[in-house]
Amino acid sequence: MSAITHTEPHRPSRFRAFIGRAFSRPSFAIGFTIIAFSIALALFPQVFAPYDPLAFDMTAIQQAPSVAHPFGTDNFGRDVLSRVIWAYRVDMQMALFATIFALTIGVTVGAFVGYYGGIADTIFGRCVDAIITFPFLVLVIAIVAVLGPGLINMYIAITIVNWVYYARLTRAEIMTQKSSDYAAAGRVLGYSDRRIIFRHLLPNAMSPIIVYWMTDMALAILLGSSLGYLGLGAQPPAAEWGVLISEGRNFLLTAWWMSLMPGLAIVLTGLGFSLLGDALADLLRPKGR
Amino acid sequence: MPSISYLLARLLQIIPTFLLVMVFIFLLVRMLPGDPAIAMAEAKATDAQVEQIRHNLGLDRPLPVQFVIFVKNTVTGDLGRSIMLKAPVTEVILDRLPTTIFLALYSVVLAVFLAGPLAFLAAVRVNSATDVVIRSVFQIGLSMPVFYIGLVLLTVLAAQLRWFPVGGYGTGFLDNLHHLILPALSVALYTSAIILRNLRASLIEVLDADYVQFARSKGLSTRIIMTRHVLRNALVSTVTLLGLSIGNLMSGTLVTETVFAIPGVGRLMLEAIFARDYPLIQGLTLTFAVLVSVVFLLTDIVQSLLDPRLRKA
Amino acid sequence: MVNDKPETVLELRHLRTEFGSREYPLVAVDDISFEVNAGEILGLVGESGSGKSITLRSILGIVRPRGRVAGEILWKGRDLAALDEAALRKVRGREIAMIFQEPMSSLNPLLTVGLQISENLVAHTGLDAKARRARATELLDMVGIPGARDRLGDYPHEFSGGMRQRVMIAIALASNPQLLLADEPTTALDVTIQDQILRLIQSLSRDLGMAVILVTHDMGVVAQTCDRVAVMYGGRLCEVGTTSQVIADARHPYALGLLRSIPRDVAPRTPLYSIPGAPPALNALPPGCAFSARCPVAGPECLDLRPPFETVGQFHKVACHHRFEALAHFNQQEAAQ
Repeated sequence: MSAITHTEPHRPSRFRAFIGRAFSRPSFAIGFTIIAFSIALALFPQVFAPYDPLAFDMTAIQQAPSVAHPFGTDNFGRDVLSRVIWAYRVDMQMALFATIFALTIGVTVGAFVGYYGGIADTIFGRCVDAIITFPFLVLVIAIVAVLGPGLINMYIAITIVNWVYYARLTRAEIMTQKSSDYAAAGRVLGYSDRRIIFRHLLPNAMSPIIVYWMTDMALAILLGSSLGYLGLGAQPPAAEWGVLISEGRNFLLTAWWMSLMPGLAIVLTGLGFSLLGDALADLLRPKGR
Repeated sequence: MPSISYLLARLLQIIPTFLLVMVFIFLLVRMLPGDPAIAMAEAKATDAQVEQIRHNLGLDRPLPVQFVIFVKNTVTGDLGRSIMLKAPVTEVILDRLPTTIFLALYSVVLAVFLAGPLAFLAAVRVNSATDVVIRSVFQIGLSMPVFYIGLVLLTVLAAQLRWFPVGGYGTGFLDNLHHLILPALSVALYTSAIILRNLRASLIEVLDADYVQFARSKGLSTRIIMTRHVLRNALVSTVTLLGLSIGNLMSGTLVTETVFAIPGVGRLMLEAIFARDYPLIQGLTLTFAVLVSVVFLLTDIVQSLLDPRLRKA
Repeated sequence: MVNDKPETVLELRHLRTEFGSREYPLVAVDDISFEVNAGEILGLVGESGSGKSITLRSILGIVRPRGRVAGEILWKGRDLAALDEAALRKVRGREIAMIFQEPMSSLNPLLTVGLQISENLVAHTGLDAKARRARATELLDMVGIPGARDRLGDYPHEFSGGMRQRVMIAIALASNPQLLLADEPTTALDVTIQDQILRLIQSLSRDLGMAVILVTHDMGVVAQTCDRVAVMYGGRLCEVGTTSQVIADARHPYALGLLRSIPRDVAPRTPLYSIPGAPPALNALPPGCAFSARCPVAGPECLDLRPPFETVGQFHKVACHHRFEALAHFNQQEAAQ
């Protein structure tokens, strides 16, 4: 009985303390708000978008930003703000899908080569050296070139390149965790390697990986919208920020808002993820002790 | 001075990495659905021409043999013929490469001049208002894709204010500097955000280091402490960072060349992709890898010049 | 002790160093007063965080600009606390030199040892390059580095830990300072090397007539090396006296506790005494005596009233309200064992 009364209030209070500490940092509070809002926009664009993003309005072609159309209208009279809001769906999806598979694969591979070392580790090291010899974007678009443009192929291409970065990070973390006392204790107790890796080492190695993941989602949005702009990612008529910017490119002189307004969404979301990443890096850093 | 044996050892290290790079590129084209020979040939090529390509690539032979042929061709500088430009790939690339290298160097110089002084200012007054403003501005810069920075600069400085040309490439050094300022600035703004972040952190660390305290206790002048003890040590990590961000820089020039219509290898890569010019894509991918390797090598040499601890092979 | 008044070279009067904002300052060192006589070795003892290092760095003014120094630092009659950077630079390295705790991180890894010596000579002497080289060789020789002439071109990482500490001493001594501030110079070294470095400092002090302030947390080092001792706790001074006075006849409960924590003439397996509790955080110091929270004989007034320094013997001063109780308490404890 007393054990329950003792531990019950302890856990939530520690979690609450962490949340309290997190939100007392402006970078976390701002980043969290931006990302929460972005997710809401991605899930319920119809609630937030003032107009139908696809409705042509020939009476309101290329109108400059105004109260009625805060981001202006495009060459078909569509409301740019509404198109930007609907594009949250694709771009937030990019942040997730361009990173989550790379994370899963990379962490698994990194954990195994880090734990076992040996020949697998040597081969892994060589592969990493070779892959980082290509500029990230060049390798991704070369793979897209072979697979063909489109969102799914873009995710595949990014994952093929990106897992290496997660694997490298995980490997380094596991290597340092491996020599710790609790890993040795696990071995003495006769736990299986898999149990030691996934139950003991990996949870302790996760903090830097999560921090990197946040930053990487910001990078994924930059990369995905760049590919969209170049015509290799999301394909028109899909609303995606890079695609929207690309569509406005020919109207920079007459209707600059068509290109420049969608970019604000990229900057804001990217900022949200990187602020969150920075704040988490500070919060999760082990205290010197 | 780094020893000859150090340099040789470093050069030898490149070989296995580069073989693997070639394996990737080799497999990349073979990932193509269908017959690579047809993919590598012009659309209206005759059967005999396709057969010729098939023979050149050794497609009628086992994969390892094909790879050896590929390596042999590459080493001798034979990267095949570009389909869309109807010219040897090597020739086409060498023709466009100087523009890209110029743009990349220009960007690096701008980025360093932009980030260096500001990082110093921010580091000397950590957490002051100056520091916070500088960091915030660059945090936003870090969230801007290069193509968007380019478009903003293009709209505001070239199209509206008409300060700079909207694109293209000049003739002669000064004209190039003038023509390429916006594209270089687009890449530089993004790169400088990365440099600033790291340089500020390493400057803060160095300013607090024991050897700087010791140098102060020796009664050295501020100028000597700053140049000989602080900057020199911060430079080591900055050079490392610059070297490591060469990939970023290349990705950035690829995008910026497209935005500003600059005839470099980056734009060529995109043109090749849309034209499905696989020999050219293959050759360009290899070129980028070579560029990055050369920069990695140079970085290591400069580092060993700066830091005596790294001079042992 | 032949003359009743040896020549004083450095005198601190109510030294106070604080960091952070002016509204909520973090006081690292407060009301430190002691003097250093020509040619003597003064030990400055205390736990980590007691303000020993900050005291040394305040003397040279290298806590600036982040730290603010108040009080007087009288160096041969001149107040260093009132000098500006430019004037201080002429004192640093030339008249007062300093060596640091970590020989690994205190030498610039990118510069040759020869350059790190000669930049000191450039700043403080008019020697030409050739003379600087000769002087650098002489210095390395003096601190006991074998093959000194051939090692000027070597980098710090090419020396062992003990050798690096010797190099640091050589650099510090380049311009013949009259006072050496040594900040735990042996803490990072092996015990055998520690002993060599202490002997080196001792013999240099004797041969060059140079005064030394030796910061340490090790009472053994003090007993072996120092002429006089000042004990610090929580950024304040609690006891000052000659080494024999403080070691054999300590009066402050903290000094007594510190001495009890080193084993002397005890039977094997006797548990070591340790002062209960942990050193206070700088922002949580009481207005009264800093040690009151851990003191076995503290009374109610100790928390609010700062004990004044009282002379208990020639050269021997203690800051404690209850020094007789303290003595009785610790004698009793000793008897009980």
